[in-house]
Amino acid sequence: MSAGHPDAFPATRPSIVRAIRSADSTARERALDALTRAYWRPVYAYIRVRFGRTAEDAQDLTQEFFTRVLEHDSLAAYDPSRARFRTFLRVCLDRFLANEHRDEGRLKRGGSVRIEPLNLAAFDGELARHPIAVDNDPERWFHREWVRGLFAAAVDALAARAAHEQRDLALALFRRYDLDDDAGPERPSYAALARSFEVSVNDVTNQLAWARRTFRAIMLERLRELCDSDEEFRREARDLLGPGAA
Amino acid sequence: MTWISDAAIERLRAETEAPPRGTDRYDLHGEIGRGGMGVVYRAYDRALSRDVALKVLAPSVGAEAEARLRREARILAALEHPGIVAIHDVGSLADGRPFYVMTLVRGEQLDGHVQRVPSLAPRLRLFDRLCDAVAFAHDAGVIHRDLKPSNIMIGRFGEVLVLDWGIARAGQAAGAPDAHQTADGTVLGTSGYMAPEQAEGSTAIDATADVFSLGALLRDLAAVASGRRRRALDAIVAKATAADRRARYQRAQDLAADVRAVVDGERVSAYAEPWFERAGRLAWTYRTPIALVAAYLLMRVALLLWSR
Repeated sequence: MSAGHPDAFPATRPSIVRAIRSADSTARERALDALTRAYWRPVYAYIRVRFGRTAEDAQDLTQEFFTRVLEHDSLAAYDPSRARFRTFLRVCLDRFLANEHRDEGRLKRGGSVRIEPLNLAAFDGELARHPIAVDNDPERWFHREWVRGLFAAAVDALAARAAHEQRDLALALFRRYDLDDDAGPERPSYAALARSFEVSVNDVTNQLAWARRTFRAIMLERLRELCDSDEEFRREARDLLGPGAA
Repeated sequence: MTWISDAAIERLRAETEAPPRGTDRYDLHGEIGRGGMGVVYRAYDRALSRDVALKVLAPSVGAEAEARLRREARILAALEHPGIVAIHDVGSLADGRPFYVMTLVRGEQLDGHVQRVPSLAPRLRLFDRLCDAVAFAHDAGVIHRDLKPSNIMIGRFGEVLVLDWGIARAGQAAGAPDAHQTADGTVLGTSGYMAPEQAEGSTAIDATADVFSLGALLRDLAAVASGRRRRALDAIVAKATAADRRARYQRAQDLAADVRAVVDGERVSAYAEPWFERAGRLAWTYRTPIALVAAYLLMRVALLLWSR
């Protein structure tokens, strides 16, 4: 995120899509890390829910998929003019799963990519608690889960930022007002939130504004990393955060 | 591990895009317009007890657009003219987004308004006022660069207001990085009303780019003309929208003068009229003295015949 401008677009930098093909091994490693961070949730959900694999299988296959993507240089074939990156990645995933099915038992498990097993297990628990409907359009399904993963990762990053900056109240208000579904579609009023948290309405307004601004900045930073061009970034930002993007 | 429901995703989208509900001074109400970089809301100014328009930066645009919004506010502040919407205040919302406050224009866009104006003269009077506002901006060193029907409002009393100075250029050295292009080279403006050199991304944009847009607007307004006036207006449009900017009117006031000449039946610089048309125009212009002379001559002839 660019310092001093929390709302600003992150500065242009080589996207992970390009960095992953870089000759520089450090850059490639960093790019793969970002790629994994952004896509492990939709990839895992795709394998676990759409393909109905067991939790253990899905965890292994997710690790294996990202390892193969790196080791076999599959991303070199990506052409931004032909498809969005996540479409390309989903097609790679379909191909990988088809091959895996054919070569069942012969794939090595794990590899150079490590997704925290605790994260996978916790995510599996969330999938069990919040069943996702499977529709007939894998592209739309994968996109929706990618968006969910991106939002969830941004919320996790916001939580870390709030802890670091001692903004517990902002995070708690954000979770209650923007994330909780318990109250149904009707949102609590700011006055009700203020009473519940024993703060002023002004505090609620300001703390929520901070949380949303930071959340948006984190989202845009993550998104920028994932896009191959400014044009793609703007398009994705418009899709994700409304039509007011540049 | 955070789980985000579909409903929460929609809420987050809406809440991160919507501005906070207001500021210490302004209560925000409904959205009344939206452009590439900003959203305009109807707002209520509690300090002065009046409705205003508040333009705020859209949430997912970057520092480049933020600079454009601030530049637009400064340009508006420099242009005090009845044909240019007035700016009253600038500030930042609670979420950090900059905004500026301007007069709430009550009226309708040019294209919608002229649908109900079938005759040529009132249309050309609107055009004259439009040229006046644009010429004023040019004199102040400002080029609008996005003149089009949706950026021109006609007020309830027929006043013409030029809006959306978001990509205007003010007093910039030739060849300097230009605000009609974004950082990645995207050209800003609206095709159909945009001068070809602007569409091509040239940095050498001057007042003749606005003259081109005015010419395109005049083409729309002149659609109801006929006869000599139509031919003269077509010639004016052709000159104003010439591909080579050196062949256009160099100033908006020159274009306006030619349009006034059509209304007043005077010579139009852009129109090479045939001799019979010129004779007819002159005869019409000097119809009173011609009638007097003719009457005098007729009387003399009559007297001459009677004295015989």
